[in-house]
Amino acid sequence: MQVKENSDFVPTIVAFCCNWCSYAGADLAGTNRLAYPANVKIIRVPCSCRVNPTFILRAFQRGADGVIICGCHPGDCHYTSGNYFARRRMTLLFSLLDYLGIEKDRTRVEWVSAAEGAKFADTMNSFAEAIIKLGKNRRLEDLRCRKQ
Amino acid sequence: MHRIGVFVCHCGTNIAATVDVKKVAEVLSYERCVVISKEYQYMCSESGQKLIKEAILDYQLTGIVVCSCSPRMHEATFRKSAASVGLNPYMVEIANIREQCSWIHKNTEVATEKAIILGRAAIAKVLLNTPLTAGESPVVKRALVIGGGIAGIQTALDIAEAGFKVDIVERNSTIGGKMAQIDKTFPTLDCAACILTPKMVDCAQNENIKIYSYSEIDSVSGFVGNFSVRIKKKARYVDETKCTGCGLCTEKCPTKNIPNDFNLKMDTRRAVYIPFAQAVPKVAVIDAEHCNILKNGKCGLCAKICSAGAIDYTQKERYVEEKYGAIVVATGFNPISVDKYGEYAYSQSKDVITSLEFERLTNAAGPTGGTLLRPSDGKHPHTVVFVQCVGSRCTEERGKSYCSKICCMYTAKHAMLIREKYPDTEVYVFYIDVRTPGKNFDEFYRRAVEEYGVHYIKGAVGKVSPRADGTLDVQASDLIMNEQLHISADLVVLAAAIEPDKSARGLATMLTASMDTNDFFTEAHPKLRPVESPTAGVFLSGTCQGPKDIPETVSQASACAAKVIGLLAKDKLKCNPCVAHSDEMLCNGCSNCANVCPYGAVTYIEKEFKMPDRTTALRRVASVNAAVCQGCGACTVACHSGAMDLLGFSNKQIIAEVDAICK
Amino acid sequence: MKQNIKDQILHISGSDVIKCMRCGKCSATCPSYDEMEYHPHQFVYMVECGDISKLMESESIYKCLSCFACVERCPRGVEPAKLIEAVRLEVIRRQGKDHLKPDDIPSLIDEDLPGQAVITAMRKYRK
Repeated sequence: MQVKENSDFVPTIVAFCCNWCSYAGADLAGTNRLAYPANVKIIRVPCSCRVNPTFILRAFQRGADGVIICGCHPGDCHYTSGNYFARRRMTLLFSLLDYLGIEKDRTRVEWVSAAEGAKFADTMNSFAEAIIKLGKNRRLEDLRCRKQ
Repeated sequence: MHRIGVFVCHCGTNIAATVDVKKVAEVLSYERCVVISKEYQYMCSESGQKLIKEAILDYQLTGIVVCSCSPRMHEATFRKSAASVGLNPYMVEIANIREQCSWIHKNTEVATEKAIILGRAAIAKVLLNTPLTAGESPVVKRALVIGGGIAGIQTALDIAEAGFKVDIVERNSTIGGKMAQIDKTFPTLDCAACILTPKMVDCAQNENIKIYSYSEIDSVSGFVGNFSVRIKKKARYVDETKCTGCGLCTEKCPTKNIPNDFNLKMDTRRAVYIPFAQAVPKVAVIDAEHCNILKNGKCGLCAKICSAGAIDYTQKERYVEEKYGAIVVATGFNPISVDKYGEYAYSQSKDVITSLEFERLTNAAGPTGGTLLRPSDGKHPHTVVFVQCVGSRCTEERGKSYCSKICCMYTAKHAMLIREKYPDTEVYVFYIDVRTPGKNFDEFYRRAVEEYGVHYIKGAVGKVSPRADGTLDVQASDLIMNEQLHISADLVVLAAAIEPDKSARGLATMLTASMDTNDFFTEAHPKLRPVESPTAGVFLSGTCQGPKDIPETVSQASACAAKVIGLLAKDKLKCNPCVAHSDEMLCNGCSNCANVCPYGAVTYIEKEFKMPDRTTALRRVASVNAAVCQGCGACTVACHSGAMDLLGFSNKQIIAEVDAICK
Repeated sequence: MKQNIKDQILHISGSDVIKCMRCGKCSATCPSYDEMEYHPHQFVYMVECGDISKLMESESIYKCLSCFACVERCPRGVEPAKLIEAVRLEVIRRQGKDHLKPDDIPSLIDEDLPGQAVITAMRKYRK
């Protein structure tokens, strides 16, 4: 029951960005005036390993259409190994979500360094595009949380 | 009940041009618990901060949200102004509506809407903020310098001069490092020993400096301001406190003909030795590998003749535990092995030597007493060929990708020294480029050419073949004449690339300091923080960070000392209060958090708890060392029972943000 | 045209002339240096400049012994000998350009001639 692609559809996208690399990368995208969709909202976390699977489930429950986690490149983690934890946890979580009907394309882990403003903007653009193609997420959404 | 203030910044037109700041301020004023919402031209300015401070006092705010630029920019500024009027600095949240909103969106409507949502998320978070107090950790007023070369010596002297205690840990039996092996220094041609040995003596005599010679770092734990280091003192079989350095044992020892490492194996020493006359500490050391009494229990001559009774064959390696506030890495470099470059015939002919070997050959304290003689037959060489860039500027398979930086200058020095002492000797230098940036450096190289008549030839040496008559046939190209040359040389000197010391990688692991692919230590910022490693409390001095000559090494060493002094001058360090915190009532002692913690900040304690049925029970619960915890939050996700939470980024706070965004 | 030949040479040789740092190690190491009009380091530079027609006309390319000393010792992995080999190959291909036309083949075929030889000849002379 795929929703037909709809140009009016504005997805809600939550991006978890680690403070040291990806958040700085997002700042750099801003400084360089590299546009990405306004519906991408960033939540600052100290490290990608701070992202609890609960947060992602909560986001989908509350009506998010896509969740992306950005961290430092492997080997560059400010806390030496946090992004490896994030990678493992998210691999498991994403396959579980896939099983529940949240398509794998709705979730993503990306490595963006503090110097990669352009990569950040590109990633967000391509992710938003992918979400628009998939349409509204209706699987986990709690109807009680719906607007109106 | 919370009383929240919202402050929306125009940032000139940076925000106001695309975001309707008035609307943002108005909409956010209707949010729960918001008692005041204001917008202003520049919140970070003096008057903007005054506006915030006054609002905090007038409305008795319990938390504020500033909608402005990135928190990486001005979070600290706003926290400071909040703190100045008695509001806990951690009750401040920033909504990033510049980098993440106004700068990337063009449509005012869209940008305004996003700014409002970001503001709401920040309000939702600040409602759940708790006042945090930054903990303090004491600073141990003692520094550790790893490596006793010129970099380590200079850093230690500067720190000691400022009145702090410094320990130098040196692997060899004496400090001095590579500079002690060098003959003259460029561009002034003053003798290295004359300028180095006084500094070595200063180290020994300075009461703030303690030298652990013949010692290595065994393990490092702890964190900035409070490192615990285990130092391994290798067995030297000579009591350092008793040995007077008279050198009688080194003359009488019957085990001779052991290659002398200090002279790069170009002469021999005995089984008990002092590397060189000016060694600091001037204490003999017994080479256990060759000493007869240590090998098979026969001899004991040195113990018999030692009037000080310093020889102790039963000495074992010992471990010393010390606490340090800062650690300086000064592990230095080594020339690479040139054996793999078969075309230079280094392993075939004794008369093909490296530049460091050449330094020993011209050094008055070296194997030839300073007379330049061929290592093979001890005759005076009449033609000397210098080969540049041996192993530098290569592909990774062939050698080092970087320029070793010092070779051009020391080769000019060597060439000059030969021409000065032996004007009958022809000197050829084959170069790819002559790289002599530095004060008086290019003039120095030009002097070698113009005044001393050294033949600089643009080209490379392709092959060195030893001939039957003892000379070396050097086949090379002259790119400017477009010729292939054959030079009959008596001595060939290879400018071998330099690489970081092999021990550096293991040390980097112990210190959790990062390294580049060439095993040079990485600095915290290549331009703005060149002497600090990214790991707090670990500093870099000298060639362990990249190729450097002596003047550069000394300036970096002093810069490094300044940074260390700055750290040690503080009595206490403010810790990041956003650290993990374990709810003891929920913790079930499973160890998951301890297993994922990269800093070893989680320990387990047995604690008595009052149970609901009025009994007491002993339970194993996690306890976080706030000074060690860096606040990554890995443990919070690993915790099954939900006992672990991260202050400042708690589960509830992040979920509130998620909710606000998805609403 | 110049660019075409250069690309062709780089393609055949699989080496990357842009890596050259002009150290002259190839010429220093070359055993047949004195026989050559253009020396190995010039070779690399001429390929880089696309000056290949001169090379193709020069005797130098046949003086290279293919000893690969330059390939072995080049600090930057440029592999001059492979470039020379590629130029030689290009010359041979051009020489053979008109030597064999598909129409000629039927008349050439006789029972004793292995089919393989015809294919090889086509490969060699028709490129």
